[in-house]
Amino acid sequence: MLRFFGKHALFMVITLIAVSFIVFMMNEFSPGDVARKELGAYATQEQVDLLTERLGLNRPVVVRYFEYIGKLLQGDLGYSQRFKVPVSDIIFNRLGNTAFLAAISFALIVPLSMLLGIVAGMREGSLVDRSITIFATMAASVPEFAMGVFLASIFVVWLKVLPGTATLLPDAAGWSIGAQLVLPVAVIVLYDMGYVVSMIRASMVEVMQRPYIRTAVLKGMSFRRVILRHALRNAMINPVTVIMLQINYLIAGVVVVETVFAYPGFGRMMLEAALFKDIALIEAGALVAVFVCVATQILGDLGYMALDPRIRA
Amino acid sequence: MTLQTTIDRLPPTRSAPPGALASALKQVARLGESWPAMIGGGLVLFWVAMAVLAPVLAPHPPNANNMAALAYPFPSAKHWLGTDHLGRDILSRLMWGARTVLLVAPVAVLGAAVIGSFLGLMAGYYRGWVDGVISRVGDIILSFPVIILYMIILAKFGSSALNIIVVIAVTKAPIIARIVRGITLELRERDYVMAAKMRGESSLYIMFFEILPNARGPLIVDFCLRLGYTTIIIGVLGFLGIGLPPPDPDWGGMVKDTYGMMLVWPHMSLIPCAAVSSLVIGFNLLAIGLREISLRD
Repeated sequence: MLRFFGKHALFMVITLIAVSFIVFMMNEFSPGDVARKELGAYATQEQVDLLTERLGLNRPVVVRYFEYIGKLLQGDLGYSQRFKVPVSDIIFNRLGNTAFLAAISFALIVPLSMLLGIVAGMREGSLVDRSITIFATMAASVPEFAMGVFLASIFVVWLKVLPGTATLLPDAAGWSIGAQLVLPVAVIVLYDMGYVVSMIRASMVEVMQRPYIRTAVLKGMSFRRVILRHALRNAMINPVTVIMLQINYLIAGVVVVETVFAYPGFGRMMLEAALFKDIALIEAGALVAVFVCVATQILGDLGYMALDPRIRA
Repeated sequence: MTLQTTIDRLPPTRSAPPGALASALKQVARLGESWPAMIGGGLVLFWVAMAVLAPVLAPHPPNANNMAALAYPFPSAKHWLGTDHLGRDILSRLMWGARTVLLVAPVAVLGAAVIGSFLGLMAGYYRGWVDGVISRVGDIILSFPVIILYMIILAKFGSSALNIIVVIAVTKAPIIARIVRGITLELRERDYVMAAKMRGESSLYIMFFEILPNARGPLIVDFCLRLGYTTIIIGVLGFLGIGLPPPDPDWGGMVKDTYGMMLVWPHMSLIPCAAVSSLVIGFNLLAIGLREISLRD
């Protein structure tokens, strides 16, 4: 167990260092950028040079990188030029909003796709299996922005029962925050579920072909008991990893959904930062995103070990 | 179905040049055995035809503004699918937009497949530190939320078809490398690999002419799936405003420009959404069909 954490912690540190280095180099290799951004397009070259010197940006990039890491370690993430506040003031607030959206979606994705995946994989090739497979393929094939547009055109434009934006602010039309969240959550759940259902189904189909299932059936055990006692646990081993990796997709999908519904989350913040070239925010956001992804992968590995005693070393 | 059984069921042929075309045609004809493959192939073929024939079929130039049409931008006899918010014919823009998607996606996926196969073969064949380095670097790339990586890179270097292709190829290569590595690890122990070693064939020859052809089944299925994902990514990039630069038609961009006007003119965003969805569904059904067929024999 200690070795497990040691190994994964090391991987995480290496990944974070690599990512911070690459992103820093990409954005700050040419020293003029930050000062130019700060002063705007109409500043003269002398003004830019002066600010560059005053900010110490004309020193070698490696020196600046280590200084940046030093500041990071003290919790100083820099200053966002897009939002005109310290990065830490905005990033954690937005990350919280995204986590909120993701948590609701995740809480629905896991049980729903387990149910559908297991029911489909239980009897391969049956009508139920066919229908669920088609549904899952369709759901995973429609890009989130298209799904957002489809659902919004039905529920917002046509039926007028839900709001088309989820700003998390009490808006003029008087939609509650609960109502605002319905469409974004629905889009994320549908899109991600398609993928997870197929995974769980495939795993279930494979388990159902194992000799121990046949034995259990032949010795007269009820089908229900075979599924619950023998198949389920073995079928869940692979998908647990997939579900945890899904958090990575969830973040990606969330960027799009946040943009469609104007949700004040981490993804939309990163998009704004990237379009505005808000360097401090991009750098900090990249690190936070990678941290979350690697952490969830480690959690996935832990779940894997909990379910499968064979690989507990 | 595990990878191993899939591999076992693939005919252990060395791709023989004589009659290669005939056997390829036979493979294509076998798509008729599976209805997902038929429907998927049909959808993909439809968009390929639209893309190829766009200069002939498109009723209007894709970027021509017809402001008069804005009085009634909905589908009509003159504009079959209506016009967008700038009075441009949606049908023509869809056709021309199909060209970009169907050019960028396959090239990007092919790039990823070439890089990934090469790295996967190296990692699986040599193992040891080569495998260690390739796998770890791949893990680092994969641990990055892809969409955020795109945003950073494309915002920094600007968006062009080439940049999108490079970014997709680099970020998707580790996934393919992982698949190829797994297959290589299994195949390298086979007798025919041993025989080639005995004949004194070079490692490169063994990797590319003995192992790779036998790994093609899972790779072809993956290629189709990956084309679907890549179509989604290209659409998403366009939608986020970091896709191909305007004014050239791009399905995601068409949605981005018009989804704010959905309450008034829903067709402007609905139609391109339907287009991109149908193409992805096509690729995914094709992948399902190909997998069914390869498992059948």
